[in-house]
Amino acid sequence: MDDRHEITGISRRTVLQSASGSAALCAAGVSAQQSEPATAPVPVPSATVRTVALRINGRGYSLKLEPRVTLLDAIREQAGLYGTKKGCDRGQCGACTVLANGRRINACLTLAVMHEGADITTIEGLGTPQALHPMQQAFIENDAFQCGYCTPGQICSAVAMLGEHRNGHASAASPDLRAPMAALSDEEIRERMSGNLCRCGAYTNIVAAVRSVAAKSRT
Amino acid sequence: MINLDYQRATTVADAIRLGAEPGSAFIGGGTNLIDLMKGGVANPRRLVDVSSLPLSAIAPLPGGGLRIGAMARNTDVANDRLVRERYPLLSQALLAGASAQLRNMATVGGNLMQRTRCYYFYDTAFDACNKRRPGSGCAARNGHNRIHAVLGASEQCVATQPSDMNVALAALRATVVVQGRSGERRIPMQDFHRLPGDSPQVDTTLGADELIVAVDLPANAFALHSHYLKIRDRASYAFALVSVAAALEMRDGVVQDAGLALGGVAHKPWRVAAAEQALIGKPLGPETIAAASRWVLQGARPLEHNAFKIPLADQAIARALRTAGGLT
Repeated sequence: MDDRHEITGISRRTVLQSASGSAALCAAGVSAQQSEPATAPVPVPSATVRTVALRINGRGYSLKLEPRVTLLDAIREQAGLYGTKKGCDRGQCGACTVLANGRRINACLTLAVMHEGADITTIEGLGTPQALHPMQQAFIENDAFQCGYCTPGQICSAVAMLGEHRNGHASAASPDLRAPMAALSDEEIRERMSGNLCRCGAYTNIVAAVRSVAAKSRT
Repeated sequence: MINLDYQRATTVADAIRLGAEPGSAFIGGGTNLIDLMKGGVANPRRLVDVSSLPLSAIAPLPGGGLRIGAMARNTDVANDRLVRERYPLLSQALLAGASAQLRNMATVGGNLMQRTRCYYFYDTAFDACNKRRPGSGCAARNGHNRIHAVLGASEQCVATQPSDMNVALAALRATVVVQGRSGERRIPMQDFHRLPGDSPQVDTTLGADELIVAVDLPANAFALHSHYLKIRDRASYAFALVSVAAALEMRDGVVQDAGLALGGVAHKPWRVAAAEQALIGKPLGPETIAAASRWVLQGARPLEHNAFKIPLADQAIARALRTAGGLT
């Protein structure tokens, strides 16, 4: 590869980015060959970089990006906020969970351009090392992770989940949808957090961490 | 993902005009479409973002019933006070689907348009998929077909409709309201999704120049006696192997009206009017339940790996009806 010389001696993150970039190009080449044009072929538009204004953690960003760039890639690669993780990149694992106007979403399955004007909160916006968010503190106290890769998504998800419950949102584990929501049982926490996978299997301690914050916010 | 243009529609008329152009696709929540684009299965040249159109209200219809805007997010529909009170079956079905994150993004219109989760459709490494490449064959028919259809399938396609919401909408006899260049059209839920036949690439009867603007729920008295039962490989965050939406109106133990639809078994929510008729006017009991199930599953034909779905569906129908009717 031509860019190999350029990346020698640069940080591990840059190498990884370049590697995944070339992999993505190869993959795109394969699928372009295999996918059939529907009827009359419509040409692929040439790259149309546009300026997209995003507000992330209260700070304004003016990012130059193509419309196909996901919110996840914009947050990581353009805004340089690496706390939000790319796991499956297909909406199956929840590692990329961020809050958009306070609602938890998978940043990998939405385009950055669709969030102009929205308030995005990532793990970096929840707390700081000096002043942790109660959920971050609870994850530490309950040893709610092993490798930590899913943790930013778990924490963002859990914070939003408690807000949903406070607002009376139901879940598939709620016994009666026509009645007001009761206090969160462990079964409820598990169901409501099922969009966040933990490959290390730290679920027992994740539930304990979420439970402890839920209990505190009730009093 | 190939490069593309993006345009945010500001009015419904604007959206319809842009959406009708070759290579255009509507995007609502994007949870299914962007996934398909990443896999090279969907290759739109331009996305027309309809998510900010003023179509997200949920409001009572004159004369009873409820209109749900097509851009209402799944979370907002599931938790709407009127939906939970009058159509808890719909809330239950929505909450049984996907994850909270996805439900926060996904729209009602997008959920209606959700495409199959057949592995062979989703993976472009497989050449044969009539839904993805018309005329290329069906790799699922003689491949791994544990999750595939047992009802209404064709030689060309054995895919299933993956939505939970759609199954509840079928049982509740919803109407899909669409708007095109020639005006508004109302499509009964029963006719919105189609069977694969010899054109499995076409999932629905929606026209190329049409946009879903709302779903209308008729007034009914099912709220006290309905149940959505979803059977899947894990307890949460998985597609249905079989699901049942059961809705009953009961008076003194006798069924006055019934809605019954199955998910995970066909290319569309599977509803058989005769099955509902078999329940109406009779007390809910083992015989009427068995009769309804026989009607629903009449003509079921297993593939190599999914024969289990037929007895599973039979038992799921019985459990859903018993739970809905308060017999358990």
